[in-house]
Amino acid sequence: MLKKRIIPCLDVKNGRVVKGINFVDLKDAGDPVEQAKIYSDGGADEICFLDITASNENRNTIYDVVKATSKKCFVPLTVGGGVRSVEDINKLLNCGADKVSINTAAVQNSDVVVESSKKFGSQCIVVAIDAKKNGDMWEVFTHGGRNKTGIDVIEFAEKIEQSGAGELLVTSMDRDGTQVGYDIDLMSKISSKVNIPVIASGGVGNLDHLVDGIKLGNASAVLAASIFHYGKHSVKEAKEYLDSKGIPVRI
Amino acid sequence: MKVTIVDYKSGNISSVINSFEEVAKDKVNIEVTSDLNKIKSSDKVVLPGQGSFKSCVDALNNINGLVDILNEFATNNKKPLLGICVGLQMFADIGYEETETKGLGWISGKVSKIDNQNGKYKLPHIGWNQINIVKESKIFKNIENNSHMYFVHSYEFIPNDKSVISATTDYSTNIVCSVEKENLFGTQFHPEKSDKIGLKIIENFINL
Repeated sequence: MLKKRIIPCLDVKNGRVVKGINFVDLKDAGDPVEQAKIYSDGGADEICFLDITASNENRNTIYDVVKATSKKCFVPLTVGGGVRSVEDINKLLNCGADKVSINTAAVQNSDVVVESSKKFGSQCIVVAIDAKKNGDMWEVFTHGGRNKTGIDVIEFAEKIEQSGAGELLVTSMDRDGTQVGYDIDLMSKISSKVNIPVIASGGVGNLDHLVDGIKLGNASAVLAASIFHYGKHSVKEAKEYLDSKGIPVRI
Repeated sequence: MKVTIVDYKSGNISSVINSFEEVAKDKVNIEVTSDLNKIKSSDKVVLPGQGSFKSCVDALNNINGLVDILNEFATNNKKPLLGICVGLQMFADIGYEETETKGLGWISGKVSKIDNQNGKYKLPHIGWNQINIVKESKIFKNIENNSHMYFVHSYEFIPNDKSVISATTDYSTNIVCSVEKENLFGTQFHPEKSDKIGLKIIENFINL
């Protein structure tokens, strides 16, 4: 049976982890490679890096991070943030990323998804959707949540699946950072409308939220950042908890 | 010993390279090339594959003489060859992804889309699934039955001769996920992304 995945996400800025795991015996809490290795050794099913480097001149730092991580971690590595073109995707894959997540560029120009999925295969193209509730619909936001688009999230999800996305990483902006749980309505609605796997993101504050994301939100995978930070919960604990709730996980 | 990973400019093979280098350390020479003479003189060959069946077959054919050299290596000289994902699928006679495309024809059979039972199952089949070992295979030495492996695919290899199947995995149907036929080995899952247990499979292949 296919297992549900737990994906810890690390925010990386100028090649350094922002808000990482803060273990006492950690030599360098800002080293993304070391953090990713802790996660993969702890049973993370995949690792996700979100590059939040603001300035273009420091953009190249992520390539070195990906290169070093892919030599140490032998679970799938997804990298997102600032990916604009097929060439950006090519570079990240060549550095050792297994999947690349595309956000703003996929909304502005779905040809990037069409071309890259043809060139590299759908399996490595993840489209990240930032969704915010607006009346009785959810609206797609771009540019790290700064720009509204007027686009309906469900319509966009269906369209981008057709363009060749292999997975959808759906973040509820209303829930992100709140620790009150995933937007279950959003996740289950999208999951029922597309045939590709949906990764739930945004709002996890405790382990029950992971359970809800899978059981109620029908997500194939759950992504979380802050609950794994500062050692609040380990990936191993999360998996054992899911297992105790009858969710199939790799232990 | 020299193990060659065939770089035929299709998809992303950096994870395959990293994993083989991790296992080989300094003991085994890992070469990444499409150079025909280098492939010919290898002891073992790894045939990775990402993207569609058609795009991989096209990419192989784009390199003049490559298919001939691989045929000679695999079917005449019978040296060990490991196909990973679409690399395995190309062992088949024919594939149906995008359009009907001829495969290498090393193991008779076809590659068709996984039956998702009218949307009941998501495709691609992405993530960790357990393998059900149905016959002994040299690459499964010290690999426990029901071990988890990482999968990403929407198409499956259906060999005509079921005796080549060394493992299956349970998704919407019972999917063939590993084959062994004489010197030919193939995995539908990605050993290079299957953590320590996957590296063990790679080690088993290198140590053949």
